[in-house]
Amino acid sequence: MLAETLTGPEIPWLDLGWALTLLAGTSILLIVGAIVPRWRHGLYATFTVLTTVVSFVFLVVLWGRVTDDGMASAISKSIVFDHFAVLSLVAVLVSVFLTALVTDGFLRREEYDGPEMYALYLTAALGASVMIVANDLIVLFLGLETLSLSLYLLAASHRRKTESQEAGLKYFVLGGFASAFFLYGIALIYGVSGTTNLLEINGTLRGSIDVNTNDALLLIGIGLLIVGFAFKVSAVPFQVWTPDVYQGAPSPVTGFMASAGKVAAFAALVRVLIVALPSRIDDWQPVIWVLAVLTLVGGSVMAVVQTNVKRMLAFSSISHAGFILVGVEASAHANRTDAVSSVVVYLFLYSVLVIGSFAVVTAVSGRGDGATSLDDLRGLARRRPVLALALTVFLIAQAGVPATSGFIAKFGVITASVDAESYALAIIAMLAAVIAAYLYLRIMVSAWLSESSDESAVEIPRGLGLAVALCVVFTIAVGVYPGWLLTLADKATTLLGA
Amino acid sequence: MIAESGAVVSFPALSLLIILPIIGSVLVALLSEKRAEYVKLAALLTSVATGAISLWVLGAFDAHKGGFQFVSRHPWIEPWGISWHLGIDGISLFLVVLTGVLFPLVIAGVDPHHDEKRYLAWLLLLEAGVMGSFLSLDLVLFFLFFEIVLVPMYFLIGGWGYDNRIYAATKFFLYTMFGSAFMLVGIVATALLARQDLGYVTFDLVTLAEKSSFATDTARWLFMSFAIAFAVKVPVFPLHTWLPDAHTQAPTGGSVILAGVLLKMGTYGFLRFGLYLFPEAAVWARPLFLTLATIGIIYGAIAATMQTDLKRLVAYSSVAHLGFIVLGTFAFTDQAITGSVMQMVNHGVSTGALFLLVGMIYERRHTRAIAELKGLQQVAPIFAAAFMVVMLSSIGVPGLNGFVGEFLVLIGSFSTARWWVVIAATGVILAALYLLWAYQRVFHGEPDEANSSFAELRPREGALLAVFIAAIVFTGLYPKPMLERIEPSVKKLIEHVEEHSDFVQPDIKHSEGEG
Repeated sequence: MLAETLTGPEIPWLDLGWALTLLAGTSILLIVGAIVPRWRHGLYATFTVLTTVVSFVFLVVLWGRVTDDGMASAISKSIVFDHFAVLSLVAVLVSVFLTALVTDGFLRREEYDGPEMYALYLTAALGASVMIVANDLIVLFLGLETLSLSLYLLAASHRRKTESQEAGLKYFVLGGFASAFFLYGIALIYGVSGTTNLLEINGTLRGSIDVNTNDALLLIGIGLLIVGFAFKVSAVPFQVWTPDVYQGAPSPVTGFMASAGKVAAFAALVRVLIVALPSRIDDWQPVIWVLAVLTLVGGSVMAVVQTNVKRMLAFSSISHAGFILVGVEASAHANRTDAVSSVVVYLFLYSVLVIGSFAVVTAVSGRGDGATSLDDLRGLARRRPVLALALTVFLIAQAGVPATSGFIAKFGVITASVDAESYALAIIAMLAAVIAAYLYLRIMVSAWLSESSDESAVEIPRGLGLAVALCVVFTIAVGVYPGWLLTLADKATTLLGA
Repeated sequence: MIAESGAVVSFPALSLLIILPIIGSVLVALLSEKRAEYVKLAALLTSVATGAISLWVLGAFDAHKGGFQFVSRHPWIEPWGISWHLGIDGISLFLVVLTGVLFPLVIAGVDPHHDEKRYLAWLLLLEAGVMGSFLSLDLVLFFLFFEIVLVPMYFLIGGWGYDNRIYAATKFFLYTMFGSAFMLVGIVATALLARQDLGYVTFDLVTLAEKSSFATDTARWLFMSFAIAFAVKVPVFPLHTWLPDAHTQAPTGGSVILAGVLLKMGTYGFLRFGLYLFPEAAVWARPLFLTLATIGIIYGAIAATMQTDLKRLVAYSSVAHLGFIVLGTFAFTDQAITGSVMQMVNHGVSTGALFLLVGMIYERRHTRAIAELKGLQQVAPIFAAAFMVVMLSSIGVPGLNGFVGEFLVLIGSFSTARWWVVIAATGVILAALYLLWAYQRVFHGEPDEANSSFAELRPREGALLAVFIAAIVFTGLYPKPMLERIEPSVKKLIEHVEEHSDFVQPDIKHSEGEG
């Protein structure tokens, strides 16, 4: 037998428990969901939530192991476990947890109740997780494709709505291009360094600095990789798909794309840049700087003229991506890898904010998920004051007003940037935040200060209400007392091999 | 050197000043809208309690100490070196008392007309933010309160203001946030650069000011990053354009608070953070700010003269008055800065009262246009008399509070900023011009038909104004208790500036606290 001659790499099953749980959850949802005609109300969502909780428990164990035994790589060094990875993984799980709660009521309102979307959330989370822990460009690409394919399907999952299908198709075609860029980048880097392992790439490149034989190919490779990433995190000028897809996709899915998708792409971007390419910092750092400025300014300026809330939030997510790029840029500076923790904190806090925001949009959008223009929000404070208040909390947090988690996120990134002496970038980021604030104010004006023409009641399903409440509590709790999160994040300052 | 000193107190008075209004705000938000009387009672009680504590602090304040008193300090965000550090000195004392007294008056005396519950909840949150700004001795804590104030004020203007309220509210929010953007980067840079001297990161104001030193150029950049935020908030010409809109469109209560205490967060910020942290840079920036202040005084006065809207006129007069405060701040003499602090409080009282009166006129006539008002003195003589007293105080007539501050600013600045003072002094004359002229047009003459039914001052309104007028007259006749509490802290601040820069205050023999 073949198995006798081929010795596979050792696999640390316990450390991978969180991933296996996600896989098992997906399988059960799909297989049992197909066999048993229809589960009782809310059972699909409950099952998904439980899966994430079990997975989370495994992550807590893993966190403890990394704390005690130090960072480690596994499965022939193709994946790594460090605090940065575990914290990012938790952010992904939180996204799935909250999104599942929001989706429950949404699916029943749209009369689509079934296991498919939940299964796709779990596979997307699995793909995202693989990206986060990947220490090898090929593994990273596998994760990226798993995540992307799940997201394409999710975006198109509102079968009655043409916008949703259009979004899915658009995302699929453009995403395919981005993946191609990405893969070509991997190929070129492999051509130069002879390996796809991040640690080994660094070793080879570090050695070849003086030789400089294939630098042109390497630089093109790095450039293509960054283009691929920039597409995934929707950095300007690779953001064109974002508004259309965010607007067309079902509202809970949009929140999920903006959270889990961004967490994975940014975590992988940081790891590739810091672990594999530190010897070429001088080449890629200016690129990140320019991307950050374009994304910050572009995202906030383009948001100003929008009239659809989902589109506005799409541009705001672009602007947030700019902020995160500020953190990435800061971590490029010598001995400033502690900026990495500000990136993961930002991703974590933003994930909760954006899911909360889209949960409110989901509630307001009504049957058919179409009422998402600014006018549809008018008079929300009269119809549903508590929901309006929750939306306000999310928006002022996104604007970075103190005593909310958004301020903590921005403060961390700005501190990292100032510490790296990127003063110009820090100031540009803050000014972009002022422009972006205008966008949030416009949404708040609609919700609070405009009279409603439409007096129809806004339904708040139980799961969605719970998700919104959790997000609000988290947003304010972290804003007022962020010490615990920062202490955790302090551990996530070093990546394995950096 | 400004060191922490002061009485040991048994209860955290300063923390309560911030926390009580927050509790009140949450309480008001939770109470049912149907029980309106309980909502109002809850708001009134918490704001009165806060005011009472602020008065207790005033009473227990050790008059002859210049350092911070009632200091309360707890770690807050330890990983970042941010602490809950509160303290009060002569510079902030009267601003805190003014805040404590003004809010219950506004809550009791000014009617929002609709959605009272939400209005009161925002108002109390605003009070917490203003209190926090005046009490914070930690840069990030200060920034938190400085910035959080925007949210309730935005909703107050946008929700209860006049026709163009959303434009005004948005402009207010974005302008202030624009300034804060620079300040946040400045705050972070200050703390991180001071790490070289201190060996650790802290945002503690006293530690940073006393123990760290910055390279001259660095300090100037940092100073300017703070100064932009404060200059927008004051507002200093040419960053003032948000103010007339915000003031005019805000509901009466909002205008009173805005003029009374919110603008002072800028002038106070200059003293507490600008001068204290970066003395050398502040001395360096003197000519710029003296010039802008003088332009503001003249420009504000001329613009006020030309207004056709009574509320806008008062708003522009604020630009002029705040010019005097900035002028005094950057004159760097004991007298001038003491006068500035005085003037901060006086302007809060007299302009606050003016906005109240304009609000009462609007309630009765539903117009603020000067051209439509006429001969009110004949139909409402008591109202006219009250207006007269407040107006004279705003002009700065001797015997009323406005004179004390303005006079101290002018005389104190004369030795260090002579030519600026010469020009600024004409602003005093212009103030008399625009206010008296407005008074003449509104109150003198024969009332036409629309104005002849103008109602006389009601008891509730009278009681409200009586408090303001009492403060105006008392401070005007007997400013000593205020001056002797302000001056020690101002002296310490100037000693700090002299110690850290080439600046030396000219030695003039002056008797203490003479106004």
